[in-house]
Amino acid sequence: MNVMFEGIGASMRRKEDLRFINGHGHYTDDINRPGQLYAIIRRSDRPHAKLLGIDTKAAKAAPGVIAVYTHADMAPDNLGGIPCGWQIHSKDGSPMAEPAHPILATGKVRHVGDPVAVVIAETRAQAKTAAELLEIDYEDLPAIAAVTDAIAPGAPVVHDEIGSNTCFDWHIGDKDMVDAAFARAAQTVKLDLTNNRLVPNAMETRCAIGEYDAMSGDYTLYTTSQNPHVIRLLMGAFVLHLPEHRLRVVAPDVGGGFGSKIYHYAEEALVTWCAGKLKRPVKWTADRSEAFMSDAHGRDHVSTAEMALDADGTFLALRVATIANMGAYLSTFAPAVPTYLYATLLAGVYKTPAVYAEVHAVFTNTVPVDAYRGAGRPEATFLLERLMDVIAHDTGHDRVELRRRNFIPADAFPYQTPVALQYDSGDYQTTLNKALANIAWDDFPARRAEAAGRGKLRGIGISTYVEACGIAPSKLVGQLGARAGLYEVANIRVHPTGSVTVFTGTHSHGQGHETTFAQLVADQLGIPFANVDVVHGDTNKIPFGMGTYGSRSLAVGGSAMVKAMDKIIAKGKKIAAHLMEASVEDIEFANGEFSVAGTDKKKTIGEIALTAYVPHNYPIDEIEPGLDETAFYDPKNFTFPGGCHICEVEIDPETGVTSVVNFVAVDDVGRVINPMIVEGQVQGGVAQGIGQALLEAAIYDDQAQLVSGSFMDYTMPRADDLPNILVGTETTLCTHNPLGVKGCGEVGAIGSPPAVINAVVDALRDYGVRHIDMPASPQKIWAIINAGAQKMAAE
Amino acid sequence: MPHVTLTVNGKSHTVDVEARTLLVELLREKLALTGTHVGCDTSQCGACVVHVDGTSVKSCTMLAVQADGADVLTIEGLAAADGTLHPMQEAFREHHALQCGFCTPGMVMSAIDLVMSHPQGLTEAEIRHGLEGNLCRCTGYHNIVKAIAAAWPVMHGRELVAAE
Amino acid sequence: MYDFTYEKPTEIASATAILGKDDEAKALAGGQTFIPVLKQRLNKPTVVVDLAKLGLSGITVTPTTVTIGAMTTHAAVADSAEVAHAIPGLAHLASMIGDWQVRHRGTIGGSLANNDPSACYPAAVLALGATITTDRRSISADDYFQGMFTTALEQGELITSVTFPVPVASSYLKFKNPASRYAMVGVFIAKFDTGVRVAVTGASQSGVFRHTAFEAALSTNFTADAIAKIATPADGLNSDIHASADYRAHLIGVMARRAVAAAK
Repeated sequence: MNVMFEGIGASMRRKEDLRFINGHGHYTDDINRPGQLYAIIRRSDRPHAKLLGIDTKAAKAAPGVIAVYTHADMAPDNLGGIPCGWQIHSKDGSPMAEPAHPILATGKVRHVGDPVAVVIAETRAQAKTAAELLEIDYEDLPAIAAVTDAIAPGAPVVHDEIGSNTCFDWHIGDKDMVDAAFARAAQTVKLDLTNNRLVPNAMETRCAIGEYDAMSGDYTLYTTSQNPHVIRLLMGAFVLHLPEHRLRVVAPDVGGGFGSKIYHYAEEALVTWCAGKLKRPVKWTADRSEAFMSDAHGRDHVSTAEMALDADGTFLALRVATIANMGAYLSTFAPAVPTYLYATLLAGVYKTPAVYAEVHAVFTNTVPVDAYRGAGRPEATFLLERLMDVIAHDTGHDRVELRRRNFIPADAFPYQTPVALQYDSGDYQTTLNKALANIAWDDFPARRAEAAGRGKLRGIGISTYVEACGIAPSKLVGQLGARAGLYEVANIRVHPTGSVTVFTGTHSHGQGHETTFAQLVADQLGIPFANVDVVHGDTNKIPFGMGTYGSRSLAVGGSAMVKAMDKIIAKGKKIAAHLMEASVEDIEFANGEFSVAGTDKKKTIGEIALTAYVPHNYPIDEIEPGLDETAFYDPKNFTFPGGCHICEVEIDPETGVTSVVNFVAVDDVGRVINPMIVEGQVQGGVAQGIGQALLEAAIYDDQAQLVSGSFMDYTMPRADDLPNILVGTETTLCTHNPLGVKGCGEVGAIGSPPAVINAVVDALRDYGVRHIDMPASPQKIWAIINAGAQKMAAE
Repeated sequence: MPHVTLTVNGKSHTVDVEARTLLVELLREKLALTGTHVGCDTSQCGACVVHVDGTSVKSCTMLAVQADGADVLTIEGLAAADGTLHPMQEAFREHHALQCGFCTPGMVMSAIDLVMSHPQGLTEAEIRHGLEGNLCRCTGYHNIVKAIAAAWPVMHGRELVAAE
Repeated sequence: MYDFTYEKPTEIASATAILGKDDEAKALAGGQTFIPVLKQRLNKPTVVVDLAKLGLSGITVTPTTVTIGAMTTHAAVADSAEVAHAIPGLAHLASMIGDWQVRHRGTIGGSLANNDPSACYPAAVLALGATITTDRRSISADDYFQGMFTTALEQGELITSVTFPVPVASSYLKFKNPASRYAMVGVFIAKFDTGVRVAVTGASQSGVFRHTAFEAALSTNFTADAIAKIATPADGLNSDIHASADYRAHLIGVMARRAVAAAK
């Protein structure tokens, strides 16, 4: 490799790292504005209660307190509630129930953590002390946390005005076709499973600072967000009724998001409104234990999956019924997660001709649930890939061969699934083969025997998956219920001497956009990597943008950059043609140079830029000066990364402890811009997947109290919980975006959980285990082994 | 109000603080050294790790008054005045051991102490165990472990011979 | 946290005087449990008495005893070659407490005064039959622990050191709570010429306890097999999201057998 190579395909070291490793990152809580006040939110400690009254007198009189606000204090301003960005319609055509979601609770509190009042004081400690002095009069109501309890007859109702806990009852696919296939199937296999509720726990807790300039009437919100423009849109238009030009939203360095920082949260509106009221900046920073009860949670499905097969193990039809927990209110994109991000993926990598899925979304007295890394696709993949192994278990088919037999073949693309999506490209046999080779699948029996010699149960598990990223096109998602477009925006500004600033509507909070996008632009414009800077995260700097989630930034945001660069190059050609006295059609652009075809005449992009800004000799009648182009890119389809993850575990049968001893991922993420960053993204995703499979669970007790409400009880994966994660890639190009890229941010979290559980079940095969729900904790595994041992002893 | 005199990154400071002020609050709020982060309230995440008198501690679990007379080193004090990075900083960048960067300051400070206190060598298992007090949600630790192993020989001036 | 007055006396007598006259005055040792408690506003002391300047840290090893000053950090104990030689289980236990950073601040005196039911040190103190020395008396381990977060210490009484008799062999095995990494079950085995003592931490609702059934069996036959058939009753054991009482009872047996096998 050329040592100077720094374009597409080079593992460039990250531009952003220098500030982070020197402690000069600029996170929201690092910002302090002159005259800043501190907000502490008093939250409900009741899962479900009537809110009878709030006595604020003592709190208001406490030292340093500037103001105490409750819902009643905000009511005169006619603020909107927290909006939901996606509307689902039920089977019967009726729109989903969309209950009011006030900034501060009124009438009732509906989950532990529901904000009830805010105290603003000169210092955070003063606000905290005063918040304890608020006297809140509750009348407790019966509460529900589990989806199965929410739909039980006579269940307490979270939103009285709805009359039940149903948000929507939706379906997709051809029910009659599926029923017919089941009627004639040689065999059917059924599996009940849950997808455990998770807390995203980005290491930076959420923070928001509202600021108001009384002279201009401008508001600024600094916030830990993955999509500042979306926050500006939702908060400005629907909650505070502020026009865009009066509201600036800044999302500076953000310490991880994983979905949890997509949503518009009450605290953002609250600090902005308070800043306007008090004419002083107001800052709120979540404690970790507050984050546990106020950041949107993820997953939380209860499902039944049934597969109809012919006698050879060919899939005939899949039937799925899922109950999805929405929590107490609808978070921004919550309704999309168990529907269009989940059920549309239930064909998986298989050519199952008929799929029918029903999704019943319900309200409970829990923290709202929304997209968490993978969002719907991990739930679909876990269901399918667990079902694969259960089918193999029940029917005696080899689990690898069963998958191979039913794979969508590489020559079948574009492939229309029975659940709406059309996959553009993929090659599942190849990723499977490479993963099998990388983990030395065929030698596993020897490793299992060796482990048995050490008293350990060794198992291996496989997961072959596909997911959908870069959610789009806008027209389609609009038809599906999205209340926003899903394009992306790039502004490429070529400066007079040829360096470039890229303004992107995506947002980087760990993904390394400042590096990947600089590589992309440097590569395409033929200029040094060092000469490209990337700017994101400020609505006053960026034309517009939809932000970063769903592995969309490169596929959609990068494509917008390509479109903007196309405009730059097209304009450059006109300038070059003028300068070199050639016709535009004869100008070629490559490696940063505009040349006249068939001659040695050429101009560098720097020379063209200088000409554009110093237009002395310039086609001024034809084009404007300057070299600065903006493009909006609306994708033509989703992208479909896929691949194979294989996990190998060892279980200590005496304690039930599972150790992941080998993990191999081979993913097709389309064209790779920076292999180092892709590898890191996959490793991080796999770590969260292993966390879900073995360690993590947001547990509510039957009174709807969050039992695992801090790091003392919620098991975050630590370094010694995890193995080395060997990442490989195999590429089929996306066929519909200009870069051929698919996205890599979520594949790790999507592909890995079933690989882990399949390995655990495989390790326990002698104990008659068919399925284990996540997390496969030591306690759970010990109980299985113990029961198995007792059964064996009895026999 | 008690006052605390301490050296931070080689510079002496005398600061008035409430007795309840945590060392991390003194660093972030009084000295504007915001590289040291707070990621939890149960002393587990390690985003706040700094060195006090040469050993790594959680600055969220130490009162500022306890640091009176101490020599404190934070992430901002690691690189040389000319910008030359500490070998651990260099290793983190080279091995892509950070993504969002939030846990990184604490992780780097812990890693330096881990390497310095293991002159006899470090196995992968020891590195992973040594990071028990630092959470990272982005990287899956794979590259952090690699970076620490890579920094060891640079910091000790000899090859790291894996015992495993 | 709530604000308080901070005192950093240099004489034990001044420290005990402050602590003795005010119910709400609290001693600060390493602070690795106490400061998180303060941060959660679960405690509202009037005065916090920092014990750092009382000269209470240090390790003294004789052929028959190991004495550890109350303010000695877990790291110092874990890193002490002399402790590791005399009582390997004790050094190992110290190396397993909390994490690297917690061990740099946390102290044996603080751990014992707090007597958290999932702390590690109580298991060593009880199994080894250590003597706890305070500013006013000596307390045997068997008298010291009086249920979770409860000890024989009087108001204002300060631990100054702990003296452990050197056993023939010892070991500590800890099954960590996966989230907090505190002991979900920790078993310390101490073999003396006069018999074997076994203490269990993390498991019981009433804090650290001696496992007399294991002690009896191991005193006649110091092998893992000797206790393999002894079931630990689940009654009175903790039950939480990570471990039921039954599972803890089972783990006590597993950890104990492994500790016996590892004892040196």
